[in-house]
Amino acid sequence: MKDIHAYLEEFEDIPGTRVYTAARARKGYHINQFAMSLMKADNRERFKADERTYLDEWPISEEAKQALLDRDYNRLLDLGGNIYFLSKLFSTDGISFAEAVSTMTDMRFPEYREMMMNGGRPAEGNRSIKEGN
Amino acid sequence: MARITAGVASSHVPLLGVAVDQGKADDDYFGPIFKGYEWTKAWEKDQKPDVVVLVYNDHASAFDMKLVPTFAIGCGERFAPADEGWGPRPVPDVIGHPDLAWHIAQSLILDEFDMTIINEMDVDHGLTVPLSMMFGQPDQWPVKVIPLAVNVVTYPVPLGNRCWALGEAIARAVESFPEDLNVQIWGTGGMSHQLQGPRAGLLNREWDNRFMDLLVGDTDEARWIPHIEYLRETGSEGIEMVMWLIMRGALGPATRCLHRHYHIPCSNTAIGHLVLEPTGPSEAAAAA
Repeated sequence: MKDIHAYLEEFEDIPGTRVYTAARARKGYHINQFAMSLMKADNRERFKADERTYLDEWPISEEAKQALLDRDYNRLLDLGGNIYFLSKLFSTDGISFAEAVSTMTDMRFPEYREMMMNGGRPAEGNRSIKEGN
Repeated sequence: MARITAGVASSHVPLLGVAVDQGKADDDYFGPIFKGYEWTKAWEKDQKPDVVVLVYNDHASAFDMKLVPTFAIGCGERFAPADEGWGPRPVPDVIGHPDLAWHIAQSLILDEFDMTIINEMDVDHGLTVPLSMMFGQPDQWPVKVIPLAVNVVTYPVPLGNRCWALGEAIARAVESFPEDLNVQIWGTGGMSHQLQGPRAGLLNREWDNRFMDLLVGDTDEARWIPHIEYLRETGSEGIEMVMWLIMRGALGPATRCLHRHYHIPCSNTAIGHLVLEPTGPSEAAAAA
């Protein structure tokens, strides 16, 4: 049997990546369930009309509420958000998956799109923090 | 007797569904992607499968964080396309095959795969995009579909070896169904992509192609690839490729490749597509 501690520890060595572990899933539970609520058109309307009031209905930390209002997706990943759930938020905003994803990188969307057209971000140099490969 | 006659692997990027639904499949961006599916569309018309066991993952559509089944099988009569936040895709309902689905579910449990049973759910792009890629825009899908949903979102997701073994067990279950049915198994998702964090946009043409090589012939090396390798080499969402191993496992000891297609990029993702057929025990023994 695999050791769960060793299994999870390896994930922390991947540069620029937050693997959606059980610990993150627990921490971000209400962030993700809030995002899920935006699957319903009525909820989307209410959220758009007054984001802050809508967020106050959820047991989410002040820090996470601010990150949601700011659309700070890297911060939300740290707070346990998952990208498939957060996608309900950027769909509500009417922006594409690729554009939303680009906001988590150090590129603007046109540069990000250009990188993808040219074969994407290489694995080389992005595999391991420790190994630097 | 029912039998699994072929396996299909395909990416299921939501943007491909948008391209089909909005008639953009021939434009400069999408044209080269869809061209790689033309062979398969013609082949499927000829094969006329009765049922597809369609391995996919739900993207926070039918399942939220309230319930996270590792392996779940759709035993219902029909499944409607999900509203993923911008209205359901304009595609037909997916018609199930409850007799075969329940037979597979029961057989798998006796075979020590403790499946979650789904009677009612909507199906998202993970399931409907591959149907559009293989069948275009018909009024009704030309096959019955048994959805088989895999958790590839919340870790730990199932190990590659477990996925392969589940595929083997699905094949045994199908073969013990008395009705004469032509069954295909599809593995969807992948290939390399990362949708989150500063490393987003990672693609790996070389690794993806090596993975496709490993699904052809009599090697079972791919079942032993550890999760950390998918994550490092193919991005955080590249882990979806474990679903291709369920398809490969169901094809038995050896396969022949009928069709292969690879393209970069589609949105954030590398597109991969394979059509495989089992070569059968006698041919596998001769090759060994």
